[in-house]
Amino acid sequence: MREAVAHNLVEIRGLKIGATVFTPGEKPKDVEIVHGVDLNLEKGKVLGLIGESGAGKSTIGLSTLAYGRGGIRITGGEIFINGIDILKNSVGELRDLRGRQVTYVSQSAAAGFNPSKRLMDQVVESCLSHKLCSRKEAEERAVTLFRKLGLPDPENFGKRYPHQVSGGQLQRAMTAMALCPEPDLVIFDEPTTALDVTTQIDVLASIKEAIQDTGVGAIYITHDLAVVAQVSDHIMVLQHGRMVEYGTTDQIINNPQKDYTRALVSIRSTIHDETPAKGEPVLKLNNVSARYRGLNFDVVKDVTLEIHPSQTLAVVGESGSGKSTLARVMTGLLPLRQGSVSFNGETLPAALEERSKEQLRELQMIYQMADVAMNPRQTIETIIGRPLEFYFGMQGAEKRARVIELLDEIELGESFLKRYPAELSGGQKQRVCIARALAAKPRLIICDEVTSALDPLVADGILKLLLNLQEIEHVSYLFITHDLATVRAIADTIAVMYQGNVVRYGPKSKVLEPPFDDYTDLLLSSVPEMKLGWLEDVISTRKMDSAGN
Amino acid sequence: MTMRIPVSALIGLTMMAFFFCLAVFAPLIAPYGIGEVVGDVWEPMSAKHWLGTDNIGRDLLTRMIYGARTTIFIASAATVLSFTLGTLLALSAVVLGGWVDMALSRFIDLIMTIPTLIFALVVLSVVPTSILILIVLMGLLDTTRVYRLARAVAVDINVMDYVEAARLRGEGTSWIVLREILPNALSPLVAELGLRFIFMVLFISTLSFLGLGVLPPDTDWGAIVKENKEGLVYGIPAALAPAVAIATLAISVNLVADWVLNRTTSLKGGRNA
Repeated sequence: MREAVAHNLVEIRGLKIGATVFTPGEKPKDVEIVHGVDLNLEKGKVLGLIGESGAGKSTIGLSTLAYGRGGIRITGGEIFINGIDILKNSVGELRDLRGRQVTYVSQSAAAGFNPSKRLMDQVVESCLSHKLCSRKEAEERAVTLFRKLGLPDPENFGKRYPHQVSGGQLQRAMTAMALCPEPDLVIFDEPTTALDVTTQIDVLASIKEAIQDTGVGAIYITHDLAVVAQVSDHIMVLQHGRMVEYGTTDQIINNPQKDYTRALVSIRSTIHDETPAKGEPVLKLNNVSARYRGLNFDVVKDVTLEIHPSQTLAVVGESGSGKSTLARVMTGLLPLRQGSVSFNGETLPAALEERSKEQLRELQMIYQMADVAMNPRQTIETIIGRPLEFYFGMQGAEKRARVIELLDEIELGESFLKRYPAELSGGQKQRVCIARALAAKPRLIICDEVTSALDPLVADGILKLLLNLQEIEHVSYLFITHDLATVRAIADTIAVMYQGNVVRYGPKSKVLEPPFDDYTDLLLSSVPEMKLGWLEDVISTRKMDSAGN
Repeated sequence: MTMRIPVSALIGLTMMAFFFCLAVFAPLIAPYGIGEVVGDVWEPMSAKHWLGTDNIGRDLLTRMIYGARTTIFIASAATVLSFTLGTLLALSAVVLGGWVDMALSRFIDLIMTIPTLIFALVVLSVVPTSILILIVLMGLLDTTRVYRLARAVAVDINVMDYVEAARLRGEGTSWIVLREILPNALSPLVAELGLRFIFMVLFISTLSFLGLGVLPPDTDWGAIVKENKEGLVYGIPAALAPAVAIATLAISVNLVADWVLNRTTSLKGGRNA
């Protein structure tokens, strides 16, 4: 056995990780999910692990803590941290390793904090439990970290409870918690994925600064190559538990060698050419305002928009900007307070119950989370067949033939008829939801963040499918998203929303061309680009702080 | 699909099948007539009387078999009643929402503030006791418990996007309740079904023990305990037989319920699939 190289902080050799799969109705079986991965990380460097879901990146990240999530175990290989093979460690030695030498920042900070304890108590916890320093010293360290991470009022920030700070701040507090015991290695597991694009960039910048200042080594896990390019020195691309490519950040971004990496780098290149609007608008919002019961302000304020036949209107904005509320108003789930919605030239009744079956049929919706948008106890045939039965009275063979036709349109095929949603992948689920919406032969489909829960390559496939279907079925889309790359890819018209107002509205070419208003500028500049040094450029030239700050 | 039944569930199933067979075929199995006096008071176990005789010399085994019939019949019927009613009311309340939900839930809360046993005693002291009355009374009282659970489960499901999608499609209340929510609420409810059945067995036994349940010449396990309880003072174990039967049934039903719960949650499309 070869000894570990002294200057390497982490050295992983031939790592194999297995798990037991419990398929219903079958005997539990063991599968390998990571097939022999090697990696090195020098002290003070940052390694980016990138890949789609299921690539094994989080599993590898957690293995540096000699830890596996439920049912996962390390079946082979060696993991050296500071030259010590941690897989041979005793439980007591592992306890010393975790939370002291190696710490972890998870994706969902909101779920990572105990809601009933103050932030300070949680940030200093690992320092105290490892008896690294006194409480006073630990709190001083925490305040220094809060300041370094750009948190407001660092002296008093720790006195707040998790629900009293924003998502971006919470993610930074979690970074402070990980850095507080002055570890050698921090695992960042998708720390900015759940954040708004404008907030993500602030958090990213402060994480990067904190890494540089403290000289800690880090493994940064994400599915977004553009993000990881901003923080890491080296990048490892993973697919299905195997390494695809490893190199310096510069080489991976500018000169990728493998096809898979190339696909990831060029991911945001689909661009749909804008088509001019023709004909009467399908849907028109006239000065619409709406609010939820119990609120004393409007969530959507005086919005006027139009969607034309066979066109896509993209509504873009960060969370809380009122874009999903707008969709609820159109569908009638939230009756509007002022203004009117007209569909095919006639005014739609505000409440869902008063709309005719025909009006309901022509306006369909696709959701963000495909897994909860389908009844888990119904087969795909029932799910897609129900609108056919409900709106057109189709039965038996006729219905089945149409379902198969729709399955073909979404590129899935007949073999999916008898399956349940749980047996489908994320992208396949979303395709079934699209087929369900199409089954009603609608004139307009509202797509609420339909690609944001999907891996980039899969999301790309869905966008292409939607564009194809638009040509075949002549359906219009209202596309709600926070992702400007998606907007570029699919929109004809764009409406930018900010705090309930439409701040910019027009054809794509006009909206994405300067001069910009401050918010559009912030939004556009916050979209990570596949370019080294992009983060620094943006931070230095921004005009406006993100809403989350 | 091959199905492996764990040993515990197998034991439970066997015991349950045994008790239900006793209940269904009581007149065929029982060695003597239900009210027939066949020996001395509290005879010990013998080849002639496997469990001995009771306080007035009737064959205890026969009494136990007929007791199983009454107990299990009343408990099953009351459970079915409470489940159907409780689940449907709860699901409809959640789907309709607003004042329907409010009024129904508060009314159920109100009923729940009165202790079940006392409520039952008051009602039974006014209306004449019959098996039908017992079933309806027990079923209605237990509906409140089922309602509470089913409502809690349904509230979670009601906010799922697929329910919203059905609503946007224009589906009626009955489709949403029966096709969208009910199939997904079943697994926790089925586990509760076992528990509630056992509470029903205990409830009817309690009522009979207090003399307000099943009336002679019919009998049930609670009534057999009551008839023979004086024997315990003299060291005669006749009252223990029905007690053991109640405990065994309770355990076996629970073993099965545990297994059903495990199975349904890992079922295709189940919550933890």
